[in-house]
Amino acid sequence: MSLFRMPSLGADMESAVLVEWKVDVGDEVKKGQVIAEIEASKGIIEIEVFEDGVVEKFLVEEETECAVGTPMAVIRTSDEAEVAIDDAKPKELKPKIEPQEAIEVETKEKIIQHADDTTVQTSTRIKASPAARKRAKELGVDLAIAAKTATGFIKLEDVEKAASVASREVSEKKPKTKDEKTGSDHSMRQAIAAAMSKANSEIPHYYLSTSINMSAALNRLEERNRTHSIKERILPAALLIHAAVQILKEVPELNGFWRNGKHEISDSINPGFAIALRKCGLLTPAILNAQDMDLVQTMQSMGDLIQRTRASKLRGSELSEQTITITNLGDLGVETVFGVIYPPQVALIGFGKITDSPWAEGDSLSVRKVMQATLAGDHRATDGRTGATYLSKLKNYLEHPEEWK
Amino acid sequence: MSKKNETTFREAVREAMRQAMINDERVFLMGEDVGRYGGCFAVSKGLLEEFGDERIIDTPLSESAFTGAGIGAAINGMRPIVEIMTVNFSLLALDQIMNNAATILHMSGGQFNVPLVIRMSTGAGKQLGAQHSHSLEGWYAHIPGLKVLTPATVQDAYDMVHLALADPDPVLIFENSLLYNNKGLLDTKALALPIGKASIAKEGQHITVLAYGINVLKSLEAATILEKEGIDIEVIDLRTLRPLDDETIMKSVSKTHHVIIVDEGWKTGSIAAEIMARINEQAFFDLDAPMQRVCSAEVPMPYSKHLEQSALPQTEKIVDVALSLMDRS
Repeated sequence: MSLFRMPSLGADMESAVLVEWKVDVGDEVKKGQVIAEIEASKGIIEIEVFEDGVVEKFLVEEETECAVGTPMAVIRTSDEAEVAIDDAKPKELKPKIEPQEAIEVETKEKIIQHADDTTVQTSTRIKASPAARKRAKELGVDLAIAAKTATGFIKLEDVEKAASVASREVSEKKPKTKDEKTGSDHSMRQAIAAAMSKANSEIPHYYLSTSINMSAALNRLEERNRTHSIKERILPAALLIHAAVQILKEVPELNGFWRNGKHEISDSINPGFAIALRKCGLLTPAILNAQDMDLVQTMQSMGDLIQRTRASKLRGSELSEQTITITNLGDLGVETVFGVIYPPQVALIGFGKITDSPWAEGDSLSVRKVMQATLAGDHRATDGRTGATYLSKLKNYLEHPEEWK
Repeated sequence: MSKKNETTFREAVREAMRQAMINDERVFLMGEDVGRYGGCFAVSKGLLEEFGDERIIDTPLSESAFTGAGIGAAINGMRPIVEIMTVNFSLLALDQIMNNAATILHMSGGQFNVPLVIRMSTGAGKQLGAQHSHSLEGWYAHIPGLKVLTPATVQDAYDMVHLALADPDPVLIFENSLLYNNKGLLDTKALALPIGKASIAKEGQHITVLAYGINVLKSLEAATILEKEGIDIEVIDLRTLRPLDDETIMKSVSKTHHVIIVDEGWKTGSIAAEIMARINEQAFFDLDAPMQRVCSAEVPMPYSKHLEQSALPQTEKIVDVALSLMDRS
């Protein structure tokens, strides 16, 4: 028998609301099966069970807020008979874990346990002003991230900066009904609002767009995929990210930050790209160090990231160290993306839908698979010329797969 | 007086007492040298000639005796104004003020209120030495049963005499002696802001500066200097030290998230400390930096001019503290 506990979905998560049990008492569950939906500040997230067994008992009712580590359900593993569970009373917001259990939890479930009062003393306390702490809670910002920009101690300003970097959410969220709206939803909205207001009020954007003939590139992909298993297939989205990264190596000015009135070019290229969460909004985790990856590795990282995003197993760095954003709204039928730069980044690359379009080549007109690629640039950091160079190189790269290594 | 005349702080206090004595025959003034000499800061000059020695009474040099007489007169239906030369001498009357004036309403089970007004000068800056230069209004603010008023403007110098006389209980008015010559506009018909209400002397976004008396003016000077540095401070004239206007203070703190308190008293056990404690209790989560105080040096007030000036809160100190609070020093 084991206890299913509220998992930690990031160092900044202290608690979440159990929205819905996806299983019933008595149901058999398999390792990796989604058994509940919780709502954390990052949105509604499905959480999985970590072992095979039978749901013995729920310890927490729906709509209850639980601290990380709170036992939520009792799972009877397959080879066990029914046992008494008196010691598994729910302790809301005050998880207390026996040492033995804690080890089990860490090794088996890889969960960062919410430290209780006795253990919290051992770690270094982060110095933050009361207003900064309050705001961080409202915005769901991890103070450790805010600490990076802080001098001395964390102030309000540092939290708001961190909010614009962290919980990177895009605004196309399904409208929720009144009943569904909760505090954490509000705080996520607040974080987006703060970041986007900052972006639009502070960043002088310039926009560039170009049409790219994707026929040859898609043929090349198709050819390759035919000789590989479904698992090893490469999606056009991965190709676009890979291509974008390759060209960023040639035009590094677009990869980095505008901070404290200075343009900082980043050595590592960590493209953040939007991943839709099943029920609520989008996250834009980064593929870290994409500059060192070939196309296959980019695809693997992307697949891995999508899976872990949906399973809420992202690492903090993946949510905070984006150096550029790539937005692909093609799957929603959008042809051209005019993006808002996520501060302190200095550029956003947008890819639209690949459509069959008339395409002139020499004297002839034919139908080709055409995509609009756009670039939103921060005019403080770069000029239109840099952006234009980038887009033309990107176009050239994607239209000439025969030159790929 | 007609509307909005320019006048001095001294004349405003005098005019307020004059009006009160014209309007209410129960009002009279007593204290050391208030009659023939015209008051040690010349506040009551000319009143003896106008109202006679039954209403402008020169007392023997015994603060305890004439304050006690004032309490007795107040209980018996008069509206005495007792003038004590400086706050330092008021300690001689502390037994009367604290053990009688502040307690009688309570100890008589509500039978006897004490509608007594005590005016006294406070503060340093005139090279009068340690026994004439302290700012002890914060001490009086400790005592339940008293109200403590600290006018900073000509308007309040006038209004507070009337507010104090209208109050059924003992009210102490602390007049900073450096303010007497200050000029300002006075509207004798204006509706006075009540006791217990602070006023916003200057609105601002970045730092709440809480001050009273002469330090309101120093804070406003600091505001002008800080404006050039891009720092927009909000200056709040506390006006009343007891009761404190928590509402106005917390509202401002929740806007600016930064606090500087300017108080001519010493830091230790000061009204500035009390205000910090209240902000901590009521607006902790609005603070974005530790609260700061600009107070007098913890020494008996020096006589020597340069030492006295450096012991006092000054405009430059307020500016320095504001700059460092905004990480700009």
